[in-house]
Amino acid sequence: MKISPSKIISLLFFIFSGFYLYTAHQIQVFTFDENAAFNAKTFPIYLGYAGLIFSALYIILPETKPSNVDLTVLDYKKTITLVILMILYGLTILRVGYFLSTSIFLVLSYIVLGERKWLWIFLLSFPFVAIFMYLLHGLLNIYLRDPFLQLIGVMG
Amino acid sequence: MIEGILIGLETAFSLKNLMMVMIGCFAGTIIGMLPGLGPMTAIALMIPITYGFEPSTGLILMAGVYYGAVFGGSTSSILINAPGIPGTVATSFDGYPMAQQGKAGKALAIAAYSSFAGGTIAAIFLLIAAPSLSKVSLAFRSPDYFGLMILGLTAVSAFSAKGHFLKAMMMVVLGLMLASVGQDTLSDIPRFTFQNMNLSDGISFVLVVMATFAMSEALTIIFKANDPTRVAKQISLSQLGSIKLDKTETKKMVTTIPRSSVLGFIIGVLPGAGSTIASFLAYGMERNFVNDEEKQKFGKGSVNGLAAPETANNAACSGSFVPLLTLGIPGSGTTAVMLGALLGFGIQPGPRLYQTNPEIFWSVIMSMYIGMVILLILNLPLIPYIARVLATPRTFLIPLILFFSVTGIYLMSFNNFDIYMMIGIAVVATILRLYDFPMPPLILAFVLGGLMEENLRRSLLISDGSWTFLWDRPLTMIIMLTILFIVGWQIYKSFFKKL
Repeated sequence: MKISPSKIISLLFFIFSGFYLYTAHQIQVFTFDENAAFNAKTFPIYLGYAGLIFSALYIILPETKPSNVDLTVLDYKKTITLVILMILYGLTILRVGYFLSTSIFLVLSYIVLGERKWLWIFLLSFPFVAIFMYLLHGLLNIYLRDPFLQLIGVMG
Repeated sequence: MIEGILIGLETAFSLKNLMMVMIGCFAGTIIGMLPGLGPMTAIALMIPITYGFEPSTGLILMAGVYYGAVFGGSTSSILINAPGIPGTVATSFDGYPMAQQGKAGKALAIAAYSSFAGGTIAAIFLLIAAPSLSKVSLAFRSPDYFGLMILGLTAVSAFSAKGHFLKAMMMVVLGLMLASVGQDTLSDIPRFTFQNMNLSDGISFVLVVMATFAMSEALTIIFKANDPTRVAKQISLSQLGSIKLDKTETKKMVTTIPRSSVLGFIIGVLPGAGSTIASFLAYGMERNFVNDEEKQKFGKGSVNGLAAPETANNAACSGSFVPLLTLGIPGSGTTAVMLGALLGFGIQPGPRLYQTNPEIFWSVIMSMYIGMVILLILNLPLIPYIARVLATPRTFLIPLILFFSVTGIYLMSFNNFDIYMMIGIAVVATILRLYDFPMPPLILAFVLGGLMEENLRRSLLISDGSWTFLWDRPLTMIIMLTILFIVGWQIYKSFFKKL
């Protein structure tokens, strides 16, 4: 028997709702609030039950309009690479600095997506980020931590 | 009211705000033209920028972006049959065939005139209706608000999900669950934070919007890049043709525009309906109004078939501001994003906004007129140039969208936890989108979550824990019956209509 992906997602949501409901019950409320008509865990408990009900209904009832997705045509390689690049970008943005990490992220993303016009790749990365940073840091006075630019003496 | 209008005019006509409308319309048109990116994404991208402005300026910028994006969506619908937003799908039915016949310029001009006329007529309706609706809405109490919020969420799920009502309801619950993370507003008790300090303030609205729209749109475009069913035809920009309309075409538009405007505005006012439903209904209505000869032209490049949905979707955009500004209930996903932005400014839209912040209330309405004029001035002569944006390679566009999304979040919190969380939510949203789990209900629920809990808290405390507040007042009962009707109709449509 083949289970549709939408039903699998609903099953995962059912499990998630169960976990949410369990966590909602664990919320520590003040003693005087314990038997109040409404306290910090009332709404989350209702939400937990609502999640369980809707996901269970989707699992039990027949699908009226199944989603047809051809998994063979999806581009997993590029998508996963982009996600990894974003994670690395997040990892380096504080340590290396905004300028270098953003520029490198942009250059690598253009290349991953198949771009080979090197002049445009350059223009839309290092100079572009420099201008953007000037707008933020220089004109709008938004502080951007950048150890790299501090190291080379561009930023104070 | 006259005083309010004058305040609004003064605010809207300040040099700064006029600039904002222009920038908003221009930026919105360009973003809206890019397939997959709609007004919601456009507004989401603007939010971090608007936080540096006064609330009225920020809102004016967002209103400009909204109208611009709706018009921009029409441009890509007409030129490459790739609607930037669902609201312009009906535009492509007759707009694209016209473009294929070498009349792309004319089609774009019809779209521009219709958008202008529809938006202007609806803005006049808004001017007349908003204050009276604002007075009526003062009669609303906590149980009514709670009911209205459920109605809004149910209606958005019913209308936006195209036959996936249960999926939409799951997204509503997920949105409310995400909104419940962080300290309880009244008792400050931490909820679902798992002793992580980064979660104690809750999840940022901008983070959720950026992740579920801008970022997941970008990832979906890459994910489906090789899908042969996606239309990626690029027409030659030298085939735009003339943008001048002849007498017969103008005559046809004159009859179509008023009725489509009225329909669009009414649909837009209803929570959850929005521009998509308005444009489809207007298209269907117009087909019934025209003569048999014209009816044959529908789907093959009919002027009426193009003007009707274009007028209606712009009128619906104005209409959707009514529940947002007067009740604090967003009528669509896009206005939900705007509600979130308003809350970020520390402004609570609702019946009292009209009295407490008249400059915001009226300046937004006035900016709509200005926005319409600017859109027309901007779009007609710039049609051939604006269309060139469609030639921007995705290889550059996608990384830039991801960069703007990450930067938007980084500038708000300056920590990488939020960036990771945004990436995580975006990946989940991309998978959910793939299987038709709609995102607008999630955003709407996320925005309304706090207000909904607050109103439920008040209602339950007043009624001493009894749920009778749901039918004690006639108004609440009517709202609840409407919800039951929508749910019942969805069940009937899904399971019994086919039998």
